[in-house]
Amino acid sequence: MIFKANVTVMPQPEILDPQGKAVEQALHQIGIGSAQNVRIGKRIEFLIEADSEKLAFDKVTEASKGLLANVIMENFKVELELN
Amino acid sequence: MNTVTLPTVETAKKLGLLPDEYDKICEILGRQPNFTELSIFSVMWSEHCSYKNSIVWLKTLPKESERMLAKAGEENAGLVDIGQGLAVAFKIESHNHPSALEPYQGAATGVGGINRDIFTMGARPIAQLNSLRFGMPEKDRNQFLIKGVVKGIGDYGNAFGIPTVGGEVFFDDCFNTNPLVNAFSAGIVQTGKTAKAISYGVGNPVYIVGSRTGKDGIHGATFASEDISEKSNEKLPAVQVGDPFAEKLLLEATLEVIASGSVIGIQDMGAAGIICSTSEMSAKGEHGMDIWLEKVPTRQENMQPFEVLLSESQERMLIIVEKGNEEEILAIFDKWDLQCAQIGVVTDSKRLHFYMKGELVADVPAEDLVLGGGAPVYHREWKEPAYFAENQKFDPNQIPQPDYVEAAKFLLSHPNLASKKWVSKQYDSMVGTANVSAGEASDAAIVLVKDAKDLAIVITVDCNSRYVYANPEKGCAIAVAEAARNIVCSGGEPVAITNCLNFGNPYNPEVYWQFVHSIKGMKTACEAFKTPVTGGNVSFYNQSGYDGPVFPTPTIGMLGIMEGLHKRTTIAFKTPGHRIALLGPMTDDIASSEYLYSYCKVKASPAPYFEMEKELLTQKLVKKLIKQSLLASCHDLSDGGLWLALAESGLNSGFGFEVCGTEGYRMDAFWFGEGQSRVLISYPLEHEDRIKTLALEKEVDFLPLGIVSDNKSFKVDGLDWMSISEASELYENGLSKYLIQKSN
Amino acid sequence: MKKAGVVVFPGSNCDQDLVEALSRSGFEKVAKLWHKQSDLEDCDIVFLPGGFSYGDYLRSGAIARFSPIMKEVKAFGERGNFVVGICNGFQILTEANMLPGALLRNKDRLFICDYTNLVVQNPKTPITNSLKSDQVYSIPIAHGEGRFFAKEKEMDEIIEGNQILFKYATADGLTTSDANPNGSLENIAGICNRGGNILGMMPHPERVSDPRLGRADGKALLSSIRTFLD
Repeated sequence: MIFKANVTVMPQPEILDPQGKAVEQALHQIGIGSAQNVRIGKRIEFLIEADSEKLAFDKVTEASKGLLANVIMENFKVELELN
Repeated sequence: MNTVTLPTVETAKKLGLLPDEYDKICEILGRQPNFTELSIFSVMWSEHCSYKNSIVWLKTLPKESERMLAKAGEENAGLVDIGQGLAVAFKIESHNHPSALEPYQGAATGVGGINRDIFTMGARPIAQLNSLRFGMPEKDRNQFLIKGVVKGIGDYGNAFGIPTVGGEVFFDDCFNTNPLVNAFSAGIVQTGKTAKAISYGVGNPVYIVGSRTGKDGIHGATFASEDISEKSNEKLPAVQVGDPFAEKLLLEATLEVIASGSVIGIQDMGAAGIICSTSEMSAKGEHGMDIWLEKVPTRQENMQPFEVLLSESQERMLIIVEKGNEEEILAIFDKWDLQCAQIGVVTDSKRLHFYMKGELVADVPAEDLVLGGGAPVYHREWKEPAYFAENQKFDPNQIPQPDYVEAAKFLLSHPNLASKKWVSKQYDSMVGTANVSAGEASDAAIVLVKDAKDLAIVITVDCNSRYVYANPEKGCAIAVAEAARNIVCSGGEPVAITNCLNFGNPYNPEVYWQFVHSIKGMKTACEAFKTPVTGGNVSFYNQSGYDGPVFPTPTIGMLGIMEGLHKRTTIAFKTPGHRIALLGPMTDDIASSEYLYSYCKVKASPAPYFEMEKELLTQKLVKKLIKQSLLASCHDLSDGGLWLALAESGLNSGFGFEVCGTEGYRMDAFWFGEGQSRVLISYPLEHEDRIKTLALEKEVDFLPLGIVSDNKSFKVDGLDWMSISEASELYENGLSKYLIQKSN
Repeated sequence: MKKAGVVVFPGSNCDQDLVEALSRSGFEKVAKLWHKQSDLEDCDIVFLPGGFSYGDYLRSGAIARFSPIMKEVKAFGERGNFVVGICNGFQILTEANMLPGALLRNKDRLFICDYTNLVVQNPKTPITNSLKSDQVYSIPIAHGEGRFFAKEKEMDEIIEGNQILFKYATADGLTTSDANPNGSLENIAGICNRGGNILGMMPHPERVSDPRLGRADGKALLSSIRTFLD
């Protein structure tokens, strides 16, 4: 089975996100003052082959821990869909 | 004050305090401390803030010279008069442990911290250097550390907008677990216009400026607090994130605020955050403060008093403003979109009273917290390590002569000697349009002082950790001598140093022996070169169970001055036909050389040949030759010996050379030995007689070697060792081959 | 007499260098224009300097384009006046749609600070009119996001409109792929708009305009602009 993996990587909530901070101020500047708690992360998509969704999930999680996210300062979320 | 269960000596121990220190705190307060107070003492009496294990020895270092405007430890950085109404503030600092954990952010925040030290004094930074040590780059983890640290330094320094003009990178497996990241910055300020880290004037408001305070860097305290403060220990950021954009705004705003004349005192918040700034500034001004912790803008909710006090969040400043001028100051910070909040007021109590929502949570005397006040001072034991005697047994006669061409190629492409361009290209070395060395290299970096006439600063960071390990006293003296030699060979005059003392655990007597003897060597050398120590920092505990302590590394950051830019001298050969010669003592020494250590794989040997008298004579002669405009190029001999110096002067010019060795010496020592106090020069033939005469006069050995050639090859003793293009490839790829991204 | 304005955004860090270089290149008056102001102070030409406006967060230049002064700069350019963006200034001009294309992350994903060789493409623009077509100009770059990119149709228009100012070249003036430091399309180092009055380039001429620093090719570029204004 081939799955499409979507991994969302975000800075951990307690970690300062300078980029998010600057973008939040810019949003206020262009008139969207109600925007709060801007955090900027990244999304990684790829296809992966596995015998079951569970196995695919484990593989993607391993990839996320090992490479895609820096677990010292980032959280990640794995989503899978059948390709 | 809240008198629920007070912490015991057990909690004090968890916080890193000794039982005796706990008793001393009780004595100072006249009662048992509460947890907030105990954590205050634990950070203020830590090595980082109090220098308790090192200060006895640091005090032996020379601090006086006519140019010294602020003595070591008095201000955030050393301050040196460079004439024309200007002064240089400069300092070096380590960020080793954070870089081992997260290399990118660790190195970035190190750059941020050292620059804040400079601009809190009112000086605008004009140049940065760094000194890096890693395990060998063959290993994946070391590649990860190198790439992360270099990118962290680059991204932070480049955005901040101060050029990184030089530095050093050294590899040895003793740094596998504990890399060293030392960052240096220098800034310019008008004399008499500096800001001080002081607080006085009852009723003056106390402001915190810059980024919000989060639970950064308070692990020790939080760990110890677990049993009494459960709700606080969740969600601790493991990594501090640097924000160079905030730092740039803070720089511009701070300089404007200081120029306004309404600032009583200002200090950056580095280690130990608010508690460190409030106590050091108050102790120095002999005043007290009332601080309202709930007014501190925070990034995380429900922060406990000790967390707000100890937080090491980056890009923050504490400012004491003269009452009545608040509006002017607030307008400046508003212009730069920086948060500025009043968090307290100066009192005449000489005590720090910290309140949280009206409740007094800590009441401590400022003076007793700080270095020179009540902070403890220790004399530690030391013991000569067994390896030291072992090193002396080294017998060079056991080392056979090598295949010279093979050894030369090996050295040219060894990561320690090869080009560091992969690193330096990632640093903006030209912003500020003052880096004279960006176009053509000298042994030290030459940076214009734009506010002055015909004046430049000449700066360098140096330390060969292997020499210091082999013999701390001699090795550290060599580090100072090499820094001075680099400045002199560039056309400058050495003026003062800052040091970054990277060692293992000071409670290990053998490590402490390395520390004590390094300081002794530094003292002797600084006295000889008349370069007093303006400050710096101490980083102990650079060791791990597996690798043991790192090589002792007292990094020397030296400041020199060049009065008259015509003195600028570069390392590249200039014209084919120019003569090449060596100045200084030639010996049969190969001890502790890269050749012996890496090529011959002999790890135990003494430090290389070094005689202070000879060093002084060589430098005196070089100064004279440069002053009389007799040299076309000048390059000091260091790692890799004469061969590396020749190759670098050739590669930097695109010209080859034809040189011959002199009979009567070991040829491996002649080409690859690292005996000190030597300088490679090139010059037009018509200057030879005058150079020889001056060398004779100054009692410095003069050894003719050959000529600069327009053949594209490096010819030694009649043999073509290699073509320039081959040499260039070895030199350029020696380090970068491990680091270039394997793309596609 | 000509007056140049240099816009200062929060995070700009080449503004002072540019002010000094312009003064050295013949501009009688040079003023810094704070990004929050909406008055261009009667400047004859406006420069957007290098640096990291707003930390280069999100994308280089993405936030700076919303600074109050940019509305005026845009209108100023639309009236046919000269606007020059260098490095981050170039990135801001593309983000503000005052110039076509975009500047992407360098091909090897690293920041590069090094000298590059430039050759003139269109010799009739303000920055190239006094330059020699057969000469190579050594001008440094310092950027992490300088890879010029445009979609095919846009690129065709740029070429057709003779909008390329400079290309990266070898020391001999050849525009080979080896001479391309960052992977820019067509080795492009700088472009202008169709009207020839909005100019952007990644290399920093202001960094090589002081003879004390040994190299001074950049002064020729900036002086060329000054001469063109007469």
